[in-house]
Amino acid sequence: MARQDLVIRIAGEAGEGVSITGQMVTQATARAGYYVLTDSVPPAEIKGGYSFYQIRLSEKRLRSRGDSVDVLLAFNQEAFENSIEHLRHGGILIYDSAELSPPESDRYRSYSVPLTDIAKNQVELALSKNMVAVGAVAGLFGLDTEHIHRLLRESKLAKKGEDILNKNLKAVDLGYQYVSERVAERASLEVRPSKLEGRIVISGNHAVALGALVAGCRRYAGYPITPATDIMEFLADELPRVGGAVVQAEDEIAAIGMVLGASYAGQKAMTATSGPGLSLMTEMLGLASMAEIPSVVIDCQRAGPSTGMPTRHEQGDLNLAVYGAHGEVQRVVLAPASLMDCFWTTIAAFNLAEEFQIPAIVLQDTVLAVRTESIPQPDLSTVNIVNRQTFAYRDAGDATEPGYDAASGPERYLRYQITPDGVSPMAIPGTPGGAYVATGLEHTQAANTSSDARNHAAMTEKRFRKMDGVLAKAPPAHEYGDPSAEIGFLTWGSTFGVVAEAIDKLAAQGIKAHALAPRMVWPLPTHQIDPFLKNKRIVIVPEVNYTGQFANLLKTHYQHVEFTRLNVYGGQPFSVARLIEAVVPNASTDVAATREEAAAHA
Amino acid sequence: MPDQVFTPTITPDRTVEEYKSGVKPTWCPGCGDFGVLNAVYNALRGKGYAPEDVVLVSGIGCSSRLPFFSSTYGFHTVHGRTMPIATGIKVGNPDLKVLALGGDGDAFAIGGGHFIHAARRNLDVCYVIMDNSIYGLTKGQTSPTSMVGFVTKTTPKGTPDRPVNPLQLAMASGATFVGRAFSGKPKELADLIVQGIDHKGFAIIDAYSPCPTFNKVNTFKYYRDQAVELPREHDASDVMQAWARAQSTDPVYLGVLYEATGEASFEDHIASAHSGTEADVPRVISSILERYS
Repeated sequence: MARQDLVIRIAGEAGEGVSITGQMVTQATARAGYYVLTDSVPPAEIKGGYSFYQIRLSEKRLRSRGDSVDVLLAFNQEAFENSIEHLRHGGILIYDSAELSPPESDRYRSYSVPLTDIAKNQVELALSKNMVAVGAVAGLFGLDTEHIHRLLRESKLAKKGEDILNKNLKAVDLGYQYVSERVAERASLEVRPSKLEGRIVISGNHAVALGALVAGCRRYAGYPITPATDIMEFLADELPRVGGAVVQAEDEIAAIGMVLGASYAGQKAMTATSGPGLSLMTEMLGLASMAEIPSVVIDCQRAGPSTGMPTRHEQGDLNLAVYGAHGEVQRVVLAPASLMDCFWTTIAAFNLAEEFQIPAIVLQDTVLAVRTESIPQPDLSTVNIVNRQTFAYRDAGDATEPGYDAASGPERYLRYQITPDGVSPMAIPGTPGGAYVATGLEHTQAANTSSDARNHAAMTEKRFRKMDGVLAKAPPAHEYGDPSAEIGFLTWGSTFGVVAEAIDKLAAQGIKAHALAPRMVWPLPTHQIDPFLKNKRIVIVPEVNYTGQFANLLKTHYQHVEFTRLNVYGGQPFSVARLIEAVVPNASTDVAATREEAAAHA
Repeated sequence: MPDQVFTPTITPDRTVEEYKSGVKPTWCPGCGDFGVLNAVYNALRGKGYAPEDVVLVSGIGCSSRLPFFSSTYGFHTVHGRTMPIATGIKVGNPDLKVLALGGDGDAFAIGGGHFIHAARRNLDVCYVIMDNSIYGLTKGQTSPTSMVGFVTKTTPKGTPDRPVNPLQLAMASGATFVGRAFSGKPKELADLIVQGIDHKGFAIIDAYSPCPTFNKVNTFKYYRDQAVELPREHDASDVMQAWARAQSTDPVYLGVLYEATGEASFEDHIASAHSGTEADVPRVISSILERYS
């Protein structure tokens, strides 16, 4: 009988080709029709240091990286030591016999595969070690090597000449052959591919960048920072192809400044950063709220505070995104919950920023940023693009146009006209009759500075009225499980995926649970949360941080609701087992065992 | 896109009045910034720009209020961030005429990092720094161009910090047009601004603009005594000559100390990187989806 899923981890030293091996297997697996979802920890150092690439494949849609590893491929001793605890009971260890000799254990079965030796002596190309590894992994679950061959032929390797290409193809075949002749448990590792058609294999950060492009983003400014940089790299390639531009700024303050400048000049613009960068941007974000400039900031959250653990996961920037400001600001904070959602939420961020002339912050998670997943190709025909309301000069006599102050005469454009919804048409430089000074000082409707008490009150109300519109346009929340359940998970961001998987497992044990993850975390979409809370006896708020930032935010509005906080803060996402344990406290704490139990029930 | 576009009639001979907003300047009587404001009006009139095609970008400080007194578009940003916002505006729409304005604290203290990089990029912007060697808006503290020993409320025993040399900093950072002016000579300043605007690339003009309220040392009289026009034989294309004359404190030289012509601007680089237009969006998106399938 075929398995539900298979989790393979390739672990080694940075620079050893862990990522290349992992990406190759992922791409080929997706082409073979599997649903595939990856997690990786790029090393903090350029070369040296432990890194891994984990691939989970299944016939069905996946929502998390998997609690434990079925097959571990260790390139060296350090990789073995760091990863072995994640290998499930009865899992398979494959190691390069030239690099390490792991101890015997009854916890796992181990096979030595002479990756280095095969590459050196049989392929006669030492660099082909990674391709031997790719073949070995493919051999474990019977992946048709033709998919790998095709990828190699399409890759840069093909440009290096027939000989190099053929050697790499041979390396794949030898790795495959070695494993298929020796690993006895192959039959138990078989996973059926799905019939997934029209899928793409993309990382969360690239999905963000693609969403930005589709939303109309034509200017990007950024400062490189892990784990956000690949958004910039993607757009640096693509934006010039559509007449756009990417600027590498001197720091994050400059990056957001360039975004505001470009948006003021009429372009949709974005920056992406991580927590340290978002901290630097807070003053400018205040300017964006005050001067009412549409702008989008992607914050790829990583474990903090300070430089923290740049490659590790933590949902620690919610407070900063929501409250990080001087004075009282208008902004929207969104959080994608899945890889597909990275694409759609970025579009929603642009639409909200444009319509309400405010900054929109997208709280990306590290696990989503680095995750590669096979997803159905987004249906672009359903994309709705919103553009800001602009001011157009018509005729000197037409004082009824929005933006004109009839009392001051037709020539007088009111950039910050007080309107019922708080949105005032924005003049783009170059537009006759629309000249105004954008400023962070409090200002009148005509954009002149003012410290008048009544004016400040009126303008504050005008700006905050926009937040009602923002709430009304909140993208729908993610929901999963049985709405009639009394046990609820109220969560945000990528944690939702693990929650959804836990709900399936609980359902298999006869326990009903229901989950909600608002895409918009600020302003708090109470119209989405109220109906969810109505019938809940227990509301668990799982999040990857210490203080329970989302729970605290919820508590400010729902003082009488008891939220059960559930926090992990080790730089890793939740395991499914940890969530199940929160509902069924007597469940074993052994992660691997729990997973096996749950699988047995399923 | 606006649903209607209005094309204004071109006025070949514009008047200075067309560039005034009608907002009364907030500066103290006798402030050097009045001379700079007049020079800006005259430079814009000299160029004959339609006010709606011009953006004046400034930071925070007394002098950074200048955009409010003009009928052009303006962006009064936050302290020290004039250059990033000006960069964004030019990258957003390279056709706009962008003039950056602000004080010495804005440019060389809080904004010092950005100044260097705007110069390096050779952004096609003219940046007029109203240099009074004092913080005026906060009522009299030492600035990055104050001389050693300058006594202020925050440096009662005199500042120990050496002053920044704005012209040498600009040259060392790669600026392609470096000039100095004095608001007591607004006609020459206006001419210099026109030259800075005409220059392709980053033009910086350090304009002495005395603060009569808080700086009793660097006064109008001080600059009238110290500042002289560059000698006729000065070769602005020679960076070593420019460096030497920028170093001089007695006298200090007014005029174009350095200019490198024929260099590509930042905007040129962006335009040359383009391999398509907005019309290519559907094709580019399809090619990306193809690549990821």
